[in-house]
Amino acid sequence: MPPAAPELPPEWESAPEPGWVAPELAGEFPGLGLLCTVVEAGSGRSPEALKEQLRELSNRFAGAQAINLRQRPIPWAYRVFFRHIGLDPDGTPTPVEQISLDRMKGGRFRSRNRLDDAIVIATMETGAAIRAFDADSVNGRLGLRLSAPKESFEGRTSPLPDGTIVIADEQRPLEILFGASAKSALVTANSKRTLLAAIQVKGVPEIALEEALWLAASAMHA
Amino acid sequence: MAELLERPDLPEELDLPPEEELGNLPPAPPPGLDTVLYEHDDGLARRDLRRQIAAMEAELGELFASAFPRAGIEFQVAGLGGPRILSVDELEQVRDALAARLQDVKGELHDIGYVEEKHRALIERMSEDPASHKWIRVSNEQIGEPGCRHWHSRPRWGILGMIMGWWRVKVSSGCPLARGVAPPAKPPSFTSSDGQQAPAT
Repeated sequence: MPPAAPELPPEWESAPEPGWVAPELAGEFPGLGLLCTVVEAGSGRSPEALKEQLRELSNRFAGAQAINLRQRPIPWAYRVFFRHIGLDPDGTPTPVEQISLDRMKGGRFRSRNRLDDAIVIATMETGAAIRAFDADSVNGRLGLRLSAPKESFEGRTSPLPDGTIVIADEQRPLEILFGASAKSALVTANSKRTLLAAIQVKGVPEIALEEALWLAASAMHA
Repeated sequence: MAELLERPDLPEELDLPPEEELGNLPPAPPPGLDTVLYEHDDGLARRDLRRQIAAMEAELGELFASAFPRAGIEFQVAGLGGPRILSVDELEQVRDALAARLQDVKGELHDIGYVEEKHRALIERMSEDPASHKWIRVSNEQIGEPGCRHWHSRPRWGILGMIMGWWRVKVSSGCPLARGVAPPAKPPSFTSSDGQQAPAT
């Protein structure tokens, strides 16, 4: 008798699927990857339950944690990856550091909208970097690749520099990695479905990405 | 070797080919010799540089945490414009910049640590002999500690203590208590729909 398929938690609407990585990138950066899931919700006003979660998180995260953040394994792994791809993690902070900086400056995690709040909670709990796209504007599977020569990017007048690392679907780039996103792929209050993508780099275990996606998906339904 | 030196038939100088002939050497190995020995693989060098960068980033993170609450130390290392795959030269630049920054930070922390140690010693001397350290004040910041505490050598009972030589080191109790949001200057006035103010209760 074959083993029964593991039951998905109620918040999983679609099991997380790995994205593709172009061979030239996979060869250079072993451990680089994407893990994606689709949530049947868009953005919009944050419910009170989500705001309460943010308040609790604000109480748990203070200056001491912010100072020691870069010594924790996952935030350190993202910082190292930033160095490897030519970014300065102090000038362009990693997602978890950006959120903690905002927390320190604002005195608390400020509620913005349902999606942003969900990403803040998931990122701060796990350290993993999460990106969100309007699932209905994405064509095919999501992946990581280098930009082609003179490839255009929505929102830019000039083409992308050759060899820029981008998050792309099977037709076009959707985001410059850890940078600007294509406007048409952004999640808005009118979006029906959200594609959440967690970015994996060397040193970040897959379980952290799964947990981050699960937390974000759960928070979007709070 | 001595026999060779005594042989008169050997020329004293080697007949080297003219320089233009040296310049005609092929830039690449001849066909058939392009074996693995001649292949140039940057991948290994890049991997090794990335490993070095990772180790330096970890060390810089430790220094960042240990430097708190000291302010004014520069930890930033400029990026090279990304995100993209960096070449060996570019990775070397990142590695060298990180190494230089580590040296700077260690040097600064060493200097700051030396001054802080001097201040700690001063506090001990003040405590032992306050009269010899009149009016000297050392703060927590000067010994690299967080908080607002300070040690102040001052006379007991003001001028009388000053005249009588009753000096002591007073340790402040810490930072002032946080204050809440200030109340509004005046209570809000309630205006009824016909424009008349509600009577104050």
